[in-house]
Amino acid sequence: MERNQMHKHIFLMRQSFFDQGLLDDQFIQLEELQDDANPNFVEEVVTLYYRDSSRTILNIEQSLEKNPLDFNKLDNYMHQFKGSSTSIGAKKVKAECTQFREYCRAGNGEGCMRTFQQLKKEYAILKKKLETYFQQTRQAGPSETACRPRMN
Amino acid sequence: MAAEAQFHVLAVDDSVIDRKLIERLLKTSSYQVTAVDSGSKALGFLGIHEDEENNEASIHSVSPNHDDDDHHQDVDISLIITDYCMPEMTGYDLLRKIKESKSLKDIPVVIMSSDNIPSRINRCLEEGAEEFFLKPVQVSDVNKLKSHLLKGKAKESQPNINKRNIMEEMSSPDRTITNYGGLENV
Repeated sequence: MERNQMHKHIFLMRQSFFDQGLLDDQFIQLEELQDDANPNFVEEVVTLYYRDSSRTILNIEQSLEKNPLDFNKLDNYMHQFKGSSTSIGAKKVKAECTQFREYCRAGNGEGCMRTFQQLKKEYAILKKKLETYFQQTRQAGPSETACRPRMN
Repeated sequence: MAAEAQFHVLAVDDSVIDRKLIERLLKTSSYQVTAVDSGSKALGFLGIHEDEENNEASIHSVSPNHDDDDHHQDVDISLIITDYCMPEMTGYDLLRKIKESKSLKDIPVVIMSSDNIPSRINRCLEEGAEEFFLKPVQVSDVNKLKSHLLKGKAKESQPNINKRNIMEEMSSPDRTITNYGGLENV
């Protein structure tokens, strides 16, 4: 694919993340922190997020198998996870976290489990999309104009 | 400005992602950064050990003038920015220990939290925190640190700085709470 076409493709891909509500303004804040001295900052943060949160996901999974459920513990795990998700701008994942915490506070185990399944789905979808995005961005190389399309 | 390179900020957060973020944010403003993952590590870095913190003849100090110290005496921390929610020692606990320490009490402390809980915010400000940032911390938040860093260096606050901050508070969204030392705000 010709370079300009690749860049356009990547641009549209990125735009779709916002249009579909997968990412929010915080992701743009991360992009703003990227520069020539830290050219892979966003990818580094996202990679760190997926590595760090996989442990939390496992903890939540194990906690959901206990009987009775420790809603306080679950809420604490989710508080952590929501924080990280917020920090990278993972909008849909963050929404599921909020929902999960509401179910915790209501002591609704069924709700927690349902929401957690949905959360894992969104989490995985975002991971795949961002992996593709970063990979293609790397392949396309620097664009001729400013790398980051500005969104006002 | 050459002066900015001298400011050394200690960041405390148990989240590895938030540590990376705050580090990058602070470095963008040309601050030197040390990031630790707990309150106890922060105190250790600052040269405070639990059993000696109230010792009158404390040999631990972060002032570069005390040459007889054996730990971290060359570290000159200009500001401490800490997360509130941390296991074992919260940001509030850390703030209290810093304010109780003769050698550290004048270092400005900023608290960060993902939760907007007024009672929590007030408690921190009453305990002497300079500011309270809602997470995720933004570049605009970090820009507000400068006046606190300068205040810490100069001990005397200038009326103009407060006035500028008040105007900033009015124009910017309600995301940070600044401690004007007793004045009612937000």
